Amino acid sequence: MFSFFGQVWDWFADGDHWSGNEGIPRLLGQHLQVCAAAMLVALLVALPIGLGLGHLRKGGAVAVNVANIGRAIPSFALLIIGVQVWGIGDPDPPFGWVGSLPTWVCLVALALPPMLANAYVGMSQVDDDVREAAAGMGMRGSEVLRKVELPMAMPVVMAGVRTAAVAVVATATLAAITGFGGLGRYVWDGIKQQDDVKLFAGALLVALLAIVVELALAGLQRLLVSPGIRRSGKVPRRSPRVGVSRSSAAHGAPGT
Amino acid sequence: MVRQLVTHVLAEDIGPKWLYWPWVADHYSEISSAFQEHVSLTFWAVLWGLVISLPLGIACARWRWLYVPTIAATSVLFTIPSLALFAFLIPVTGLSRATALIPLVAYTLLILVRNVVIGLAAVPSDVVEAAQGMGYSRTRSLLRVELPLAVPTIMTGVRIATVTTIGLVTITATIGQGGLGQLMFTRGFQIDFRTPVTVATLLVVAFAIAADASLLGVQRLATPWLRKQRV
Repeated sequence: MFSFFGQVWDWFADGDHWSGNEGIPRLLGQHLQVCAAAMLVALLVALPIGLGLGHLRKGGAVAVNVANIGRAIPSFALLIIGVQVWGIGDPDPPFGWVGSLPTWVCLVALALPPMLANAYVGMSQVDDDVREAAAGMGMRGSEVLRKVELPMAMPVVMAGVRTAAVAVVATATLAAITGFGGLGRYVWDGIKQQDDVKLFAGALLVALLAIVVELALAGLQRLLVSPGIRRSGKVPRRSPRVGVSRSSAAHGAPGT
Repeated sequence: MVRQLVTHVLAEDIGPKWLYWPWVADHYSEISSAFQEHVSLTFWAVLWGLVISLPLGIACARWRWLYVPTIAATSVLFTIPSLALFAFLIPVTGLSRATALIPLVAYTLLILVRNVVIGLAAVPSDVVEAAQGMGYSRTRSLLRVELPLAVPTIMTGVRIATVTTIGLVTITATIGQGGLGQLMFTRGFQIDFRTPVTVATLLVVAFAIAADASLLGVQRLATPWLRKQRV
């Protein structure tokens, strides 16, 4: 066992794994490129719709059902269907920046539901009294949204963004199966070549990346959430009302 | 077998067809055994998840200091991509069923433990005090009063965990396990033949929806007092 970890260590120490087409920097770059492209588009679509519907208190059933159905559709299936429709080559000009079209589409579809549902739930949980007080102070609808509702909804909205981002980074690993790069390359090649060292090193990189993304977004959340609203991670206090909706809405797919 | 299929596909050019019924009819038994395997992996993963999460969640609700480290540990597990988690186990357990099942169980833990704790914590303290006042021991109060009241939240967790697991099981095809994922991957993707992918996807989604609905039914049956309240 010791010698195995020694071999993994040697794998990381090998300069060849840090340069060229199959090197860590290039594969990490590809991984982050397709993830960022997917998150960008999903954010631009999900947040305005979710926040808007939550502000208007309309379409809640739609937002939450989209999230539930989204959870039922396996990313793996979407990825394979995508490959069969668009093939595995580099995408054509309008989509050049996404890296791999099937992967990107699959990741966007994965990221939308949790962000949409959490944006809606976060906004709709803002107390009516608070909204009325804001309106009473002379704020217009858009001001109430920006200055009152959004800050109060921020922890839940960010929980959705974190769930989506971690799922996206994790799922991008699968893209290696379709011939696209990314850090899944090592894991997949390791499985196929029965090279346990490569496989383990790749898995380590992918797991580290997912944890780093989660921590980075947790840090971002601390910056974005007003100190007066910040909730601690302690056990919820006993209260007569059951917090089902919040706990369930905050979950998308795990590391798919 | 695969080669025979490939020539068959080339001869009739059915590769790009989304649904080629003759293939479905010919491979009925293969599809049905893949489906059964999918159901079995899901069932055992969620069951083992519950076996671990219920005591862990109860412990976290009773000794509060356990909650933060438990959630932190299960969150880390939850964050690790499945392909990586399978990969970590391959050197240890090989391409076996255990390699598929262990990560699937690991992924249910965060969802289940959290919902058990939230469900138990949300039981009104008046109710717990009333149970104590009636002479219930802590264990009896837990089993007869607190856990039943937490059923809706726990079942919400079970439903999320089940639907999530059903999707994840497809990925176990990459390590040679995994029910319907096998149809998508080795039958469809690797030889560019669409019908198995369509069939498997439709079955996975249908299974997820059916499992979710039947668990909701179980939840309703298990909490008759909520049903009466609603009327």
